[in-house]
Amino acid sequence: MSELFDTLNFLIPLIIASMVPLSLVALGGLFSERSGVINIALEGIMVMGGFVGIVLMRVLVDSGLPLQVISLIGLLTGAIVGVGYAALHAFASVTMKSNQIISATALNLFAPALSVFIARIFFGTSNINLGGNYTINEVPLLSSIPIIGPWFFESAYLSTYLGIVIFIVAITFLYKTKLGLRIRACGENPQAADSLGVNVYKIRYLGVLISGALAGMGGVIFVLSFATRFQGTVAGFGFLALAVMIFGQWKPRGILMAALFFATVRVIANAYTAIPGLRDLSIPSEIYSMLPYIITLVVLAFASKNSRAPKAAGEPYDAGKR
Amino acid sequence: MREKTWVDGLLDYFLDSSTAVKILASIIAIIGGLLVGLVIMLVLDPSRAFAGFSTILFGLFRNGTQSIGNMLYYAVPIILTGLSVAFAFRTGLFNIGATGQLTFGAFFAVYVGINWTFLGSFHWVVALLAGGLAGAFWGMIPGMLKAFRNVNEVVASIMLNYVAMYFSTLMVKTLIYNRSVARAFGPAESALIPKGFFDTLTNGSSLNYGLFVAFLVTAILHIILSKTTFGFQLKSVGFNRDASRYAGMNEKRNIILAMTIAGFVSGLAGAIMFLVPGRFLTIESNLLQEGFTGIAVSLLGLSSPIGVLIAGIFYGSLEIGGFYLQVTTNFVPELIEIIIAAIIYISALALFFQNAIYKTLKKRKDARLAEVPHE
Repeated sequence: MSELFDTLNFLIPLIIASMVPLSLVALGGLFSERSGVINIALEGIMVMGGFVGIVLMRVLVDSGLPLQVISLIGLLTGAIVGVGYAALHAFASVTMKSNQIISATALNLFAPALSVFIARIFFGTSNINLGGNYTINEVPLLSSIPIIGPWFFESAYLSTYLGIVIFIVAITFLYKTKLGLRIRACGENPQAADSLGVNVYKIRYLGVLISGALAGMGGVIFVLSFATRFQGTVAGFGFLALAVMIFGQWKPRGILMAALFFATVRVIANAYTAIPGLRDLSIPSEIYSMLPYIITLVVLAFASKNSRAPKAAGEPYDAGKR
Repeated sequence: MREKTWVDGLLDYFLDSSTAVKILASIIAIIGGLLVGLVIMLVLDPSRAFAGFSTILFGLFRNGTQSIGNMLYYAVPIILTGLSVAFAFRTGLFNIGATGQLTFGAFFAVYVGINWTFLGSFHWVVALLAGGLAGAFWGMIPGMLKAFRNVNEVVASIMLNYVAMYFSTLMVKTLIYNRSVARAFGPAESALIPKGFFDTLTNGSSLNYGLFVAFLVTAILHIILSKTTFGFQLKSVGFNRDASRYAGMNEKRNIILAMTIAGFVSGLAGAIMFLVPGRFLTIESNLLQEGFTGIAVSLLGLSSPIGVLIAGIFYGSLEIGGFYLQVTTNFVPELIEIIIAAIIYISALALFFQNAIYKTLKKRKDARLAEVPHE
């Protein structure tokens, strides 16, 4: 029994650390697609936000500010950079009515190349060390709650708690406000929305920019939680978040379930040798790693006939076609 | 009546030919991409920016025939992935899965290249075809998902890219792992694509018979698309799926075939990339960039095989420039990737540019007509 608890105490913080950024970035994808713009640039936005955020944090470490304050600044910077970078996607897909896949592909290629290029010029290497350990060892008082204390309040990250708050706020915004309704309307039937006086272009910009903020912040969280340095990549995490969104059928609750599931698989892939039972199965980690993508494909193959994807996602809005 | 000058002729030519306008848009994308590169260099290191920029443009002419050879060597895989993307695009499919098909093909090519040494002088041909066939299989999957289950081929391909990446890592680790250097073994000597007369002709560059494969595939795809009923059907499915079905074409079969052929071509690219000395399959979790560069080349080449060939060679010249960039200035070759990404982005805006060019030309023509004095 105590072995089980040891394993859980070890695994659950890791799963939470994966689940929070996964669901945040997937939620980013949701905002964009619900407004009618497909955003496969999540990966690139994460890299861009992560890069600038981490560089700034690296610089601030020497200033003597408390580490958690620095991480807050880094997260905000990531979000702001994400908005700026996503604006390029919004400009191409909304204003210029371009092919959204092509524009997003360009952003996915641009971000790692630019970040490595700049890092190598200024730091002489493509690796940027974090220069600090941002883990919160234990939250006072809360960590002493029996059983769940160690799961949720030990070796945690500030970004985890912040991420949960942002997730709740974002969902409330999307489902309980007028603006949120307009975003969803623009992804389903932009013509109808337009006929009721909604500016489809503005709303789609909003959707893509929110998506950028969430993905950019997700990029910083990724580096803080899973790496000790930034290497110009988020290792496909943005695409995994895309799979989370699809597997979650473009719904927040679905995203949470999918993120929990994929996060668990991801942790198992990296740490199965430390899990009794799985260790003896000795299934190679690559099998676990490819599982989320295969499952998403299977779901797509069997659910595509009644897919919940926003109906107008991917089509540039043309008022002339009303 | 004012006499028609060559300017009028030129204006008429461009206004009559949508291809000419599109080519102009491609050139704008290239210039725009290069300017983005220049601006980034100017911001980061103004003193060396122009030296670096001229290296990118003219690095090709540094080392005589050797540079020409290496330019073509770099161009070959990109021409092939570009053809793969372009061919699918003509059928209305966006093959973002070129990188996965390429990875899948590369593994099988290298596997055959290491193990099937009994094949003798046919070894490299079989290894090459193994790569192509594996790529074809990997391209067929999203094709079938699209045809039978109506799954968006972009989403399916993205998922398959990562499956292929992890599959390749797993297979490398289990079957052909060179533990001491933590990467795959290289293919046997007999499986390396021969250099033949290119070796002396290009003064010891890396160029090999892969160039002929690129030419051959370009020619075949060009013939398929412009001279055969099959190609006509593919394009017609690309223009309008419903109309094609109504006209009695088997759109499901055409979609699957288009993706399978596209996958085959990407698989060949993967084989050609790795059936060379000095390049090894790794176990790093990174998608191979060549599949995405193919998108750039396909866009610049207007999705026509011959256009892709030309754009691919242009890419090769950039790559050579990037190589010398690192040698002569402190800029790193990632600048080439930045330029490529910028070119893709600007190409995405191509429709806008095409309209803008068209309008400008029209205005210019109208202005000239208005100059004609009234009799």
